[in-house]
Amino acid sequence: MSDDDLQKKLDEIRDLVVDFSPHAAALGMRVQRFEPGFCIIEVPYDPTLVGDPDTGVFHGGVASALLDHASGMAAASGMNAEASPATLDLRINYFRAAKPGEALVAEARCLKTTRHVAFVTAIAHDGDPDDPVATAQSSFMIPANAPTTPEHDKPEGGSQ
Amino acid sequence: MTSEELDAILARSPYVARLGAKASLHGDELTLVLPFRDDHIGNPMLPAIHGGVLGAVMEIAATAQLFVQLGLKRFPRPIDVSVDYLRSAKPRDLFARAIIARKGRRVANVRVEAWQETRDELTATLHGHFLIAREDRS
Repeated sequence: MSDDDLQKKLDEIRDLVVDFSPHAAALGMRVQRFEPGFCIIEVPYDPTLVGDPDTGVFHGGVASALLDHASGMAAASGMNAEASPATLDLRINYFRAAKPGEALVAEARCLKTTRHVAFVTAIAHDGDPDDPVATAQSSFMIPANAPTTPEHDKPEGGSQ
Repeated sequence: MTSEELDAILARSPYVARLGAKASLHGDELTLVLPFRDDHIGNPMLPAIHGGVLGAVMEIAATAQLFVQLGLKRFPRPIDVSVDYLRSAKPRDLFARAIIARKGRRVANVRVEAWQETRDELTATLHGHFLIAREDRS
């Protein structure tokens, strides 16, 4: 599939990224960008999603869901959006508290896909991507029945 | 401390109250319970609970354990968390238990296990560090 065809397909399924998933919809997630191997999703500030009542900062569970979701979508779009990848692990480093009142934005990039696994890196920020709130590393299992391996990762003349 | 007292502390967090997580405390043994709700679903095709909900429940279990064992005055803040997803979480209740592996003056290392049908088949595990002393900075 060409990049243009893949982008067209991603544009078609873009609304499903959140609407398909009841929990993503419940948190109020909004897709900002959905491109091959790249996804940006935000959660607007919501007082009912606050973790610590003394600071008004988002709960870690919101960051965890947002980073997992954006990373999963970067993995899916990195493998031609043919199947829904399953999270193997997700590690989050919290650099600082998010600013109360600001949306939390996750930017996820798929670094590499193999036949079995996709590796994704992500940041979460509250307005300035150069001053992240958190970073995340994750890996995803590509379902065994996924129909195709992305062209750019097919090993030449051999099995992987 | 009773389950009700712990629930009252945890429910000060709007997100914990909204998610519906409850503490079940027997002596000093704590299980965090998440009664299943449709809006916990991440993938309705499987169907499976969202990975973020699993992370949240295990983080809340860690927080609750820190409150019970250390008598904290404020919510601990996560420094880093690492979650392993072992099997897909079915649309049913979820349970989590935390162990404080190491408690320092400022930082605690916590390990959490989450399961559904049987504790022999874990759904996910978490390990992470939490800031427990914050008198020098707010």
